[in-house]
Amino acid sequence: MAPAIRFRDAVVLAGRFPLLAGIDFTVAEGEVVLLRGPNGAGKTSLLRAAAGLVPIASGEAVVLGFDLQVDRREVRQHVGLLGHTSYLYDELTVADNLRFAVRAARGPEAAIGPALHRLGLDERLSKVAVARLSAGQRRRVAIAALLARGPRLWLLDEPHAGLDEETRDVLDEIVGEAKASGSTVVLASHELDRAARIADRVVAVAGGRIVEPAPTTAEVGAPGPDGPGVETAAGAGMAVSRAV
Amino acid sequence: MLSDARLVAAKDLRIELRSKVALNQVAPFAAAVLLLFGFALGPDRATLEPAAAGLFWVAVLLSALLAVQRSFAIEGAGGGHDALRLSGLDPAGIFLGKASAVAVQLLVLELLLTAGIAIFYGAQLAGFLVLAGAAVLATVGLAAVGTIYGMASSGLRARETLLPLLFLPVVAPVLLAATKAWDAALTGPAGAGAGWLAVLGVFAAVYLAAGIVAFDPLLEDA
Repeated sequence: MAPAIRFRDAVVLAGRFPLLAGIDFTVAEGEVVLLRGPNGAGKTSLLRAAAGLVPIASGEAVVLGFDLQVDRREVRQHVGLLGHTSYLYDELTVADNLRFAVRAARGPEAAIGPALHRLGLDERLSKVAVARLSAGQRRRVAIAALLARGPRLWLLDEPHAGLDEETRDVLDEIVGEAKASGSTVVLASHELDRAARIADRVVAVAGGRIVEPAPTTAEVGAPGPDGPGVETAAGAGMAVSRAV
Repeated sequence: MLSDARLVAAKDLRIELRSKVALNQVAPFAAAVLLLFGFALGPDRATLEPAAAGLFWVAVLLSALLAVQRSFAIEGAGGGHDALRLSGLDPAGIFLGKASAVAVQLLVLELLLTAGIAIFYGAQLAGFLVLAGAAVLATVGLAAVGTIYGMASSGLRARETLLPLLFLPVVAPVLLAATKAWDAALTGPAGAGAGWLAVLGVFAAVYLAAGIVAFDPLLEDA
């Protein structure tokens, strides 16, 4: 089976500054991978590159069988990205936002209701403009939009941030169901304890590069000197020094 | 492409219906421009009436700037450019959809401004076919150019000041042709405006084609 993501010596630049400096990164279809690294390590850039949102300056980058340097649009039709911003339209209602996302992806509109219900967004909230929602509620709407679209590749950037404990559990269930249905999930998180529980594998990122060898999910999720499964710069530094 | 265009146009128009920015801000702005021209030129209708067509189209042009800026402001608010790119929609469809939404708003505005020049400037409305034809063709051209340059400037820090610099020189032919066509319709004979309709039609067709071809790289680079 072809991998869902295959990056070979992939470089992403911001001007002359390399955000990703020759990344080798492979994710098998149906796998759940946790990206671990300190702030500025390149996790978000890696997720955005996999979503086809930033150009690959050199190297090889194939996602879901499509070459990112040629077929970025095709990749995007099958990818769902939960980013730092919500990708929602403030003036539209929750339901309108989901309807637009699903229609654009040629998905089934019947999936909208169950997705809203799953994220605890009831009938009343579905008619409210996104601008009037709290940050956590917006996050839930963004997750519901992804769920309704049903992408083959889920790219989740700090997916647990801003969510209450109950919704975090729901999100973890959704990730598990996506994996069970054959979808691939790559998530970047500093909440290592929780993220390690749903991941099959951990990939450490530092300085725009993949750090080898990567820690196991058990190592990452284990309580450390700074608390249970919380990412710290020192922790990431340890990963780097181990690789060296 | 056309189904994507319908989807984007419906989304943009729904946002305008909910936010009422065009109704509460752009329309009063256009009316204020018409009134200010009246103040500048004096209350004499003998002066205002011959200038009505030109003043009308200058007001439309300035309002079009606001409509285009608004069209891309709604995309930037929640990471919208990325949302549009991630949606998988055909860029040509996105272009046609956004241009259509701007065009619909401008056409509604032009109806209001037409009443304005009749009331404030005493313009005698006649030659309705030429008036309507010129309005539709000029509006399509303005919306197409505005959407192209709105996208091109939307990712830049100086977009608010850059857009007028890019947009206004390019649409000078629309201002000229639409004014001449309307002038012919308002002061007669209306048939004299037919040639200008052709100019407006060619302009609109060229920029629609340019937008369909160029919007993909513009969207990627924004």
